[in-house]
Amino acid sequence: MDNIIIISTITLSSLGIVSAVILYFIANKFKVYEDPKIDEVEELLPLANCGGCGFPGCRAFAEVTVKQAKDQQNLEELFCPVGGNETLQNIGNILGLEIEAKDPMIAVIRCNGSTANSPSKVKYEGVNSCAFAHALYSGEGGCRYGCLRLADCVDACEFDAIHMNPETDLPVVNNKCTACGACVIACPRNIIELRKKGPKKRRVFISCVNSEKGGHAKKNCAVACIGCGKCAKVCKFNAITINSFLAYINFDRCTLCRKCVEVCPTTAIWEVNFKPRKPKLENITIATEKPKEVVDKHSIACEKTSILHSQANIEYH
Amino acid sequence: MEILKTFALGGIHPKENKLSANVPIEVLPIPKQVIVPLGQNLGAPSQPVIKRGDKLKVGQLIGKGMSFISADLHSPVSGTVLKIDNLLDSSGFHRPAIVINVEGDEWAESIDRTDNLTTKIELSPQEIIEKVKKAGLVGMGGATFPTHVKLMVPSGKTVEYLIINGVECEPYLTADHRLMLEKGSEILIGTKILMKALKVNKAVIGIENNKPDAINHLSQLAKKHEGINVRALQIKYPQGGEKQLIKAITNREVPSAKLPIEVGCVVQNVGTALAVYEAVQKNKPLIERIVTVTGKAVKKPSNFKVRIGTPIKQLIEAAEGLPENTGKIIGGGPMMGKTLQSPEVPIVKGSSGILLMKKEESYRQIESPCIRCSKCIYVCPMGLEPFFLSRLSKLAKFDMAEKEIIMDCIECGSCQYTCPAYIPLLDYLRLGKAKVATAIRTRNIT
Repeated sequence: MDNIIIISTITLSSLGIVSAVILYFIANKFKVYEDPKIDEVEELLPLANCGGCGFPGCRAFAEVTVKQAKDQQNLEELFCPVGGNETLQNIGNILGLEIEAKDPMIAVIRCNGSTANSPSKVKYEGVNSCAFAHALYSGEGGCRYGCLRLADCVDACEFDAIHMNPETDLPVVNNKCTACGACVIACPRNIIELRKKGPKKRRVFISCVNSEKGGHAKKNCAVACIGCGKCAKVCKFNAITINSFLAYINFDRCTLCRKCVEVCPTTAIWEVNFKPRKPKLENITIATEKPKEVVDKHSIACEKTSILHSQANIEYH
Repeated sequence: MEILKTFALGGIHPKENKLSANVPIEVLPIPKQVIVPLGQNLGAPSQPVIKRGDKLKVGQLIGKGMSFISADLHSPVSGTVLKIDNLLDSSGFHRPAIVINVEGDEWAESIDRTDNLTTKIELSPQEIIEKVKKAGLVGMGGATFPTHVKLMVPSGKTVEYLIINGVECEPYLTADHRLMLEKGSEILIGTKILMKALKVNKAVIGIENNKPDAINHLSQLAKKHEGINVRALQIKYPQGGEKQLIKAITNREVPSAKLPIEVGCVVQNVGTALAVYEAVQKNKPLIERIVTVTGKAVKKPSNFKVRIGTPIKQLIEAAEGLPENTGKIIGGGPMMGKTLQSPEVPIVKGSSGILLMKKEESYRQIESPCIRCSKCIYVCPMGLEPFFLSRLSKLAKFDMAEKEIIMDCIECGSCQYTCPAYIPLLDYLRLGKAKVATAIRTRNIT
């Protein structure tokens, strides 16, 4: 009996030792050198694997960063939208490079076709997804450019940053947005745009993407851009261009003077996170007062809901 | 006693509900205003050749088909052009359309408006095709493929069979059925003309066995015409599909992504045969069609002969109004039709029926998970795997869906009809098809 135990112990341990020796040599022979900086860089990344940088996951981004730093001595066109400037600065420190700070971005929903502004003419009963509805018809409100209100962007968001507002039935972006761009790809109508967050998160944008003639756009939605050109005229900085009955504000040129917001006859231009205006009592006529109130109320409401989301982590769909 | 033929794979038999089968065709009065969409055919939309304020006569050319697969468009009424604008059509989108204000009913001089049967075919095949092209004919079954393109046989191919499609397998619709009963002789002369244009001597008219009166009537008439055969077919949906009908009648299978001409067949609808007769013998372009207005709650299910561009609202009024509990207005039959967004939508060349569905019939069931019963695979007439394809489409794996030949799907809806889990398979398949078609187009351009 003793013999069997001894023999098997010796055989097994000698087999183990031989295999260890073979494995040692093989490991040495096929060793792959990996820059230790890749691991260091990866540790700094948020590890969200969202793909917002344009690479498949954080590891791939780290590899590309280290490679580019080695070959070109810069990190141009590489940016982690989730980590932002801070992360990139840290990566720069490790790699010994100076990094230019980039403006933080945020996803902006350029449609205000809520159930109140663009009342439903039909009821959609198909698959509960914008992609399908987009292939089928122009939308419940009748606007073929507007939001379909079926929340593909909410499903696409990995950061809990977009929610549907149950009052308006439109998606609302909150402060958790990292500008990864997943919602931009998910939206079949190209409504969502990544824009600069702006100083103190203040920004002005046109909340409409309808490039139909004014009359057609207005028929389906009370707050559509009709391409009247008033905003372009009043803008001193050439920031507003009008293309096929649709105005667009170039955020590089915009100085946030908000003159365009005042003149817009359909309140399609939005100002976000500004302080409420002081009412100019003597100049206001009843006709222009009404829409202004709508804008202010709306932006405040949006702000409120976004704060609500970020604080209480409420989920509604 | 003969065994009735049908296609081999799949198929279903939904309730027929042919409520308006015994109602004779009624001519609807001309509306006050018509909306003629420019894209009424498969392929490129026609280009308008008139401008605002132009005076038009019935049958005057108003849109020209510019590319190979495209058809001409003619004014269905006489009057003044009000505007050319983007208007809601049956597709659910705003598309360019010509709006004409009707004034009187003045026809172009060349059109023969008499009811005399012109039996003698004098034109040569080339002239027939030219005339069909000039009349703006498209397939009247619903797919609206330009007829003249079908008649132009590519060199190296020969046609053995002309198949006239009188199947009308969609439940509820009876437009073709009434047409066969009331315009039988004209349809047969139209068939003769098509046979001459295609240089074939065999034509088969396929009719489903639920229309014995039409089968008898056409069989009697066909005795006078050499080479035309009337064949009764088993009742099975979707037998009216081109490929299914060829399989049922000739037992030949059209290869994937190929046209019926590959197996020596050309299929035309009975409505098209009548339109060909009118175009060639009477010089009348395609300005009218037969439309069934039906539904369980409709007071007077009817078959109307209407001008193209008539608002659907007017047809519903003629059928004694919209029932109170209407849930959906469907353009076409219940299987392949599309819900219309508004009753203002006009009749187009491809509208075969209007179905008013009650609320309790029209709502969708709640989707539940697939139970892997494989019923959809059994009923698919194209031998596809609808569940797998819909899954790929749901996961946006369109390249894989293309490899699984999603483009062969004929959108008959049999899979969704039979699904016990109420999965909207057809919706997913339609999206997949649209995406794959775009991908193929962009690939061909680059």
